[in-house]
Amino acid sequence: MDHPELSDAGARSRAEAAARASYGRLVALLAAPTGDIALAEDALGDAFEAALTTWPGSGVPANPEAWLLTVARNRQRDAWKSAATRTSTPLDAVRELDDGTHGTDEDMIGAIPDKRLALLFVCAHPAIDPGVRTALMLQTVLGFEAAQIATAFAVPAPAMAQRLVRAKRRIRDARIPFTVPDADVMPQRLPAVLEAVYGCFAIGSATTSGAGVGAGAGAGAGTGAGPRAGAGPRAGAGADTGTGVADPDSLAGEALYLAETLAALLPGEPEAAGLAALICLSQARAAGRRNREGAFVPLDEQDPARWDGALIARGEAHLRHASSLGRIGRYQLEAAIQSVHCERRVTGAVDRRAIRTLHEALARIAPTLGALVSLAAVIGELDGPEAGLAALDRIDAAAAERFQPAWATRAHLLAQAGRREDAAAAYDRAIALTTDPAVRSYLADRRG
Amino acid sequence: MRYALLLNYPEAGDVGLSDDDLAAGRAAFDEYLKALNAAGVFVSTEILQPVAVSTTVTTRDGELLIQDGPFADTKEKLGGVFVIEVPDLDQALSWAERCPASQYGVVEVRPVAVTARGGEWITPS
Repeated sequence: MDHPELSDAGARSRAEAAARASYGRLVALLAAPTGDIALAEDALGDAFEAALTTWPGSGVPANPEAWLLTVARNRQRDAWKSAATRTSTPLDAVRELDDGTHGTDEDMIGAIPDKRLALLFVCAHPAIDPGVRTALMLQTVLGFEAAQIATAFAVPAPAMAQRLVRAKRRIRDARIPFTVPDADVMPQRLPAVLEAVYGCFAIGSATTSGAGVGAGAGAGAGTGAGPRAGAGPRAGAGADTGTGVADPDSLAGEALYLAETLAALLPGEPEAAGLAALICLSQARAAGRRNREGAFVPLDEQDPARWDGALIARGEAHLRHASSLGRIGRYQLEAAIQSVHCERRVTGAVDRRAIRTLHEALARIAPTLGALVSLAAVIGELDGPEAGLAALDRIDAAAAERFQPAWATRAHLLAQAGRREDAAAAYDRAIALTTDPAVRSYLADRRG
Repeated sequence: MRYALLLNYPEAGDVGLSDDDLAAGRAAFDEYLKALNAAGVFVSTEILQPVAVSTTVTTRDGELLIQDGPFADTKEKLGGVFVIEVPDLDQALSWAERCPASQYGVVEVRPVAVTARGGEWITPS
């Protein structure tokens, strides 16, 4: 309590800093004993409010996180005690807390256990609807409000709020445990967690990367880029990786934070590191995807000087760690493809053969529509447009019918092959399926 | 936490099981019951007779209606219930996975809301 003169704004910024750094840690810890995430969020919200009214007068406590935890636990206990007049159950939870990690502020320094990993597994539990897992992570781990998440997912806010409420009620009432799966269950459970984080990245990068402009459009190659983000969440608790997130307005930045958190908490899982590498390496090029006028710039025409060298180095470190574990997977392959593109920053050239080998491996182990279309684009670059078109024709036509990258790739290949009328028709389809205005005008220019 | 494992599967008569098949099934369920008991999680079970001997009763339209046959005529039928007491959903799910019925049917895992013992309502923890 050594800042008695602290201004209101100072307390607010300290509270916000604490929020960014610790929101998910505190929610996970508060919710773990009973599985009641909504109550944990309410209690933590009250604690933040109390901080805003108390800290300007009394000064910021030595350990703000512990202070928030103590206040939130008191609120939780009050809620349980009033509930206990109706049912006897929650008293067990009160007892469990009283003999647990509960202590004074000073005792708590550095002692707050990190249960975020368990929380991530809860969010992506098989008993939770896959469509709500990413949103749940954004809310419970990062503190975004339902309305912000709804904007990112392009769904009405009340619908998103209801989905989140239902999922949290299910977690509490079905008693989904806050535990990290044992080694024998891990291979079944981890992919869903990675996929939910990847989903966050795909939505976020849809606004900035123009995923699927065709040949080597970059990240998002593995999925049909998800629903488009209107504007990324901004207020509230954001990501804090300690080294600065590339684009705070982008959900991709939040995905980066989630992926790096996951990789740090699961150091023995190569695909967790692979996903972190993929998002680092892709996000590193975010600034290069637009020129000074805001127009879309395709990967091969980007100025590598505008890429983020520090983030590339971080991605490479994740990828090296993943490789050292000796189990290849789709995220590592996608990251390796990004890594080859990033090498242009040093070598000035792109190793197309390496790209092709990696795309072929990716199409073998994870033959998603995105992976197959990307492979066709690479074949087109190396073996000529007709070979690329033949590869595209081998992809299931029905599935590709509404897939923007398939049409954009086809349009580029037809144009290269000199088939102007067919190319124009394919460009029209691609433009119709594109929501990003910058990518649309880029495609319109190419169409001529 | 108390969970009901609701066993849904095609009935033996519909898929033409032999006596040997049925004996093997009974042995598997016997082993399952022993495992539940040994783990200290078993609460109760009821295995039901085929829907062919089921009768439905309703007064929801104001008068008594008694009919033969099951309420819902589905391919898979509710064939039995196991009630278990375990700490969380993951453990309930793993007992559902071990249930012999999961091999040829679907086991629905539902948390129990209220139960009764000795004529008194109890909310299980």
